[in-house]
Amino acid sequence: MNAGSAPALDSALFEFALRLGDTTLVLGQRVSAWTGHAPIVEEDLALTNVALDLVGQARLWLTLAGQIENAGRDEDALAYFRDAHEFRNVLLVERPNGNFADTMARQFLFDTWHFYTLQRLATSRDERVAAIAQKSVREVAYHVRRSGDWVVRLGDGTDVSRTRMQAALDDLWPYTGELFVSDAVDRELVERGVGCDFEALREPWSLHVDGILREATLERPQDGWMHAGGKTGRHTEQLGYLLAEMQSVRRSVPGERW
Amino acid sequence: MSDTSDRAGWPLWEVFVRSGHGLSHKHVGSLHATDATMALQNARDVYTRRNEGVSVWVVKSSDVVASDPSDRDLLFAPAQDKTFRHPTYYTVPEGVKHL
Repeated sequence: MNAGSAPALDSALFEFALRLGDTTLVLGQRVSAWTGHAPIVEEDLALTNVALDLVGQARLWLTLAGQIENAGRDEDALAYFRDAHEFRNVLLVERPNGNFADTMARQFLFDTWHFYTLQRLATSRDERVAAIAQKSVREVAYHVRRSGDWVVRLGDGTDVSRTRMQAALDDLWPYTGELFVSDAVDRELVERGVGCDFEALREPWSLHVDGILREATLERPQDGWMHAGGKTGRHTEQLGYLLAEMQSVRRSVPGERW
Repeated sequence: MSDTSDRAGWPLWEVFVRSGHGLSHKHVGSLHATDATMALQNARDVYTRRNEGVSVWVVKSSDVVASDPSDRDLLFAPAQDKTFRHPTYYTVPEGVKHL
């Protein structure tokens, strides 16, 4: 694209890092809203830990995106000074927290995908991508175990908890399709040995999800029409509210340090 | 409220953490959890957030058998004046090597 002497921007990898950065950032922000509101203090801390893990991962991905872009934008500039249509997170993670079952169902569906994604990225030919994935996958291995346990506890729990968990799964299911769609960016990076073949994740994801749902005596929702668009900046209206809350302080005093 | 050891199916657990230096597990506090698996996970999340440990034990508080505080004098006071039970009580005879 650039005919000058400057090295060409690796726009595919920039986009890819942005997607993972935004996805972990938005979910981290969502989960952090439970702080002080969880059912018991132990769960409060556990959820806060998960949120902090995700925000930590977001910082790494967004920093990488900024380096690739090489236009002076750091992690903060990318997190706080872009609007909803510039965010590249998958739609699943911007779904509202709802009740505890909604949050845990979202977490479980996401964690499972996240784990397999990172597992593959850990052997990426790009050292920076591999390093972030190797660090993150250990955190996510714990997330996926915890959220799976909660799906089983609530699904195989009381009538109320079972009903809520099933409803949560039914609500969120149409947002899982996007996780397994590869577009031109993904395909280019797979070809270069850098990215992850998301379509190939569908099978291991399904296997794990089915196993947990069976244990939880829950029904796997039917695969029907699936939402998509998050990866290219088309979001649900909820993202705007989330960003407004997340960005307002930083934008009110740009350049301030504290 | 009345029974803090089992608030509606959330019994109390005692948590022991072993730090990374080959020391024994040490009691660090307690928490509520519905079962052993959750107790371990909660222990990890509540008590090892700052890299405190490499191993965690959880024990149901109700399974801990403790001495009665009112037995303190009866059980422990008699040991107070038994200085001869400490190795430092004895003087080492001159000429003894390899001690």
